[in-house]
Amino acid sequence: MKSARALADAALARDILAGARIIRLLDDRDEHGIEALAHLYPSSGRAYVLGVTGPPGAGKSTLVSKLIGALRKRDLTVGVLAIDPTSPFSGGAILGDRVRMQEHATDEGAFIRSMATRGQLGGLSRSTFEASAVLDAMGFDVVLVETVGVGQDELDVVELAHTTVVVSVPGLGDGIQAMKAGILEVGDVHVINKSDLPGADELERQLHVMLETEAHREGAWKPRLLRTVAEKGEGVEELVDGCFAHREHLQATGEDERVAARRAEHFFLEILRDEVSARILAFARGDAAGAALLEDVRARRRDPYAAAAALLDAFEANPQTKR
Amino acid sequence: MPRTLRVLVAKLGLDAHTIGVTVLARALRDAGMEVIYSGLRQTPEMVANTAIQEDVDVVGLSSLSGAHMKHFPQVVELLAAKGAGEKLVIGGGVIPDEDVSALKEKGMAEIFTMGTDTRDVVKYLDTWWADGDGAP
Ligand SMILES: Nc1nc2c(ncn2[C@@H]2O[C@H](COP(=O)(O)OP(=O)(O)OP(=O)(O)O)[C@@H](O)[C@H]2O)c(=O)[nH]1
Ligand SMILES: [Mg+2]
Repeated sequence: MKSARALADAALARDILAGARIIRLLDDRDEHGIEALAHLYPSSGRAYVLGVTGPPGAGKSTLVSKLIGALRKRDLTVGVLAIDPTSPFSGGAILGDRVRMQEHATDEGAFIRSMATRGQLGGLSRSTFEASAVLDAMGFDVVLVETVGVGQDELDVVELAHTTVVVSVPGLGDGIQAMKAGILEVGDVHVINKSDLPGADELERQLHVMLETEAHREGAWKPRLLRTVAEKGEGVEELVDGCFAHREHLQATGEDERVAARRAEHFFLEILRDEVSARILAFARGDAAGAALLEDVRARRRDPYAAAAALLDAFEANPQTKR
Repeated sequence: MPRTLRVLVAKLGLDAHTIGVTVLARALRDAGMEVIYSGLRQTPEMVANTAIQEDVDVVGLSSLSGAHMKHFPQVVELLAAKGAGEKLVIGGGVIPDEDVSALKEKGMAEIFTMGTDTRDVVKYLDTWWADGDGAP
């Protein structure tokens, strides 16, 4: 195998094979991938990251495919990360998003990657941030991220994307559910897809009322509400225009810096959390004190909080854990 | 952490029967693999590009329309030409026995003819993976 450095250099020169391999290594938490990312990361931060989220079957993939086409017509290169769930039973997954995007499979300016969540909650996969940074560093102008079909409270995509598109469809319950899911607050652009189906007008009325009654700060972005028929490509140009209008708003107000800072913080803290817990758990497993504390909790001699605090004290006092 | 085996399942040719590949995709998922399904009517060029973008270890080709002698080897050639010749390419579908050895000579690792139990495919891939052929 090529060295991490060679892989990273090739990826920076837009070598698809190398970029695809780095994403794989990162997804597998392979140290070569982490090393390659270290070389790539300084070159990331230029791409426009566009998130597409919404309930299962809303037409996200169909819409993403049309977005790829529209962006390519505007002479932009596009990287796509399409996420589907990992089965909690087997650890396997069937990743079918790209079925709807295959018309772009032979376009050199489009790179489509399917990712399985691999246990990550929040609507993204375990290494979506990493993969996005790789595509970004490779020089793709736009990175499109399709989340898993979300229910409630799975909105990590807003930490990654400059613009979040929330897709709704007629006939999937009323707008109250959207409000409950918190999905309304995160949409910069709202799309009613399948607007060829009955109920689209009613849904549009409901969403319109809700968006109008949202508290609105002076000078803040006013979410757009659009209709599409993704299958026929209807409304897609308007959607792209709406997204770019949001991007221009971010740039004009300097808010894009805040997006970048928020993404960096989320990315960093997420990794830190993983690393910290992995180290401490490894210590707890390898140390006799860990087993004794667990036994204390089981026998109700100590409560779990007290046991955790005692373990952390032992971790901090252990000379081998100091670096 | 063990690597997760990634498999592309692609249908070449013009037929529209998806039951076979769907059953196979489920069996592979249930065996813990990540299965990328790319849909019907794929061309060899689409399959090769998809396999590279997805960085799969295995490419599973299905053909029921009789185009396997032409299309399967094209996928193998394209992968090699694009620098991804290390991927394992297997095939299945309506394939006469007399074509099997010809396909293997052209770089197909294994051919599963009609009526193969999906468990045999899982076992074949597990063995190949465990033998370390798939190490990067
Ligand atoms: N009537 C109608 N059907 C559509 C439209 N857009 C997509 N569909 C259909 O909706 C179904 C689901 O489409 P997908 O694009 O796979 O939906 P998705 O949101 O990506 O689905 P998941 O990724 O599984 O959550 C498919 O059968 C599409 O053909 C539309 O505008 N109108
Ligand atoms: Mg989808």
